[in-house]
Amino acid sequence: MTELLPTLPLAIDLEAFASLGFWTGVGILAGTYTIFALGLQINVGFTGIFNFGQAGFMAIGAYSMAILVTDAELSFWLALPIAILITIAFGLLIGLPALRLRTDYLAIATIAAAEALRLFALNARDLTGGAQGIFGFDNDWDDVSDSILSGLESLGWTNPETLFPLFLVVWGVAIVLIIALTALQKTPWGRVLRAVREDEDAARALGKNAFAYKLQSLAIAAALGAIAGFFLALNLRFIIPDEFLPIFTFLGYAVLVLGGLASYWGVAVGSIVFWTLFEGLRFLELPFDEVQIRALQFIVLGLVLILLMAFRPQGMFGKRQEMVLGD
Amino acid sequence: MRYRPARAMEAQTVPDRPGLPLRERLRELPPVQAAARNPQAAAAAVIGAFVVALIVGEGLQEVAQRGLTGLSNGAIYALGAVGLTLVYGILKLVNFAHGDFLTFGAYMAFIVNISWGGPLVLAILFAIAVTALLGVALEKAMWGPMRARGAGTLQLLLMAIGLALVIRYVIQFAFGTELRQLDVNNTATADFLGLSIGRTFLVVIGVGFVVLLATGLMLRYTLLGKRMRALSDNLELAETSGIDTSRVILYTWVFAAGSAGLAGVFAGAVTQVQPELGFEFLLPIFAAVVLGGIGNAFGALASGIILGVVIEWSTFFIDPGFKLGVGFLVLIIVLVVRPQGIFGQARTV
Repeated sequence: MTELLPTLPLAIDLEAFASLGFWTGVGILAGTYTIFALGLQINVGFTGIFNFGQAGFMAIGAYSMAILVTDAELSFWLALPIAILITIAFGLLIGLPALRLRTDYLAIATIAAAEALRLFALNARDLTGGAQGIFGFDNDWDDVSDSILSGLESLGWTNPETLFPLFLVVWGVAIVLIIALTALQKTPWGRVLRAVREDEDAARALGKNAFAYKLQSLAIAAALGAIAGFFLALNLRFIIPDEFLPIFTFLGYAVLVLGGLASYWGVAVGSIVFWTLFEGLRFLELPFDEVQIRALQFIVLGLVLILLMAFRPQGMFGKRQEMVLGD
Repeated sequence: MRYRPARAMEAQTVPDRPGLPLRERLRELPPVQAAARNPQAAAAAVIGAFVVALIVGEGLQEVAQRGLTGLSNGAIYALGAVGLTLVYGILKLVNFAHGDFLTFGAYMAFIVNISWGGPLVLAILFAIAVTALLGVALEKAMWGPMRARGAGTLQLLLMAIGLALVIRYVIQFAFGTELRQLDVNNTATADFLGLSIGRTFLVVIGVGFVVLLATGLMLRYTLLGKRMRALSDNLELAETSGIDTSRVILYTWVFAAGSAGLAGVFAGAVTQVQPELGFEFLLPIFAAVVLGGIGNAFGALASGIILGVVIEWSTFFIDPGFKLGVGFLVLIIVLVVRPQGIFGQARTV
């Protein structure tokens, strides 16, 4: 196509762009990061705590699951809840000291904690496989995936996309979580969370233990991070420390602010828009090599953050009056 | 309308709160109380005891050798931290892009030194100048207008992160991910007193300390330095007392970005020039900023050097792969136990 259209450098490789394989891939990533950013939403959008360590929670969830399955030879299905509990425990461990800090200090502390974890994963080779990572934890999932695939075939879809079952499951989980979180937000508990965001002192004056609410919010974010970590691991079929760089937390923030603060459904839309843009860049017929395209993706990520914050900080679905942008 | 208690009142009511912060509870213990009153002395005592124990355990030779290596990283941390802390203190901006200023400086030096074949001294000066220019341009285009609009913490944080990504990946776009080398001799060593250190490291320590000393003197004695510290202390008060704050803010960016550029060249000289260079230095630099007390330039200078040395000494006990983790650990412990740092005052928190 490049040779046919040399004068049109911005032409899109339509064939690849329209393929189901592309959209299944984008869909899985968008679903995974929806779950990831739901955690950021409850923290940033509803509680007003700036958690910049979400990639760290994702790392603990994915690594705990993989280690439990490959080293402890636990069943995959049993490893999932245990990994979630381990991640929540880590969240509490970090939150107990860090949540007492001022907002900007909390951001630095959480990003440092996540980086310390990644560094640990990179160097504790016996446990985590170091830079080579871990694989071979997804046999139990493959069985389920295969039965979904044969189910799809019996429905008359010949040769279904191999990753389609993951797509279905990730979005099934994401939608259930969104509904649950939206319902949770309407309970008295959810209203206190908002009160803490609006004015911690006032919430405390009304006898609410603001710190406990913040800790619970962080614990939920940790659990959501862990679930996102499982889907990341299943999608890649291996896990390596590089998948948990702080840049993925920032990516979660782009998804969050694109959809808008204080809206769980907005997260899903933000994630779909972001990943379509992000992955779609690879199918623009640009005269650049692979490293440059990769760089371009992250330049776009940076620009999305800058421009949104400068011109539309409430995102697509956020309400301006629901934002606590100041201290 | 929101009700906000005055800071002083808040401080007085602290002991009555049910969720009393850990550090408040710790303060009731006598030795900690003493340490809290004189944190510098306490820090010096802890480090002193640590050094004596190390020398007894590992021998003077080895401790001095690793300390020397640590000094060169310390000089880079200090150079990076002093600018970051001033920007943080004056503009209340957590500049996550500061690390990428280092990367930018290193690549600017690479252009002059390798692409154009110029001498290293010229490359360093060019890197400082262009990075300073970048700092000023960003203030004019981004930070100034955002401040004028009254942007909040989250907005500024995410903009800084976005900026960091744009700088880093524009560099990666232009130069690729290859590890590049400045024209420095990394094999030549200098030997003295039975110690051996790479010549590049020695130059970094030498030049770094001269610059840091000059920075300290500038902040202490010149009018500009005093104004910068006045702004960092209290921007409104500085403005009321007739300081042209927008001018000082510009100079602060020149200084902060310029010193970051220099730190970047040094970092590139002792390691390799690559797009992640500055990011790898950012968290230790943040640790130095927090340890020194946010906004406190002298604290950042001292903490950067201390941190560089302590991180290197930590390799006596732990695998060198984990040594950066020591920086994060220091950062988290200081944030939790004494968020105002060892040189800061409680009211800055």
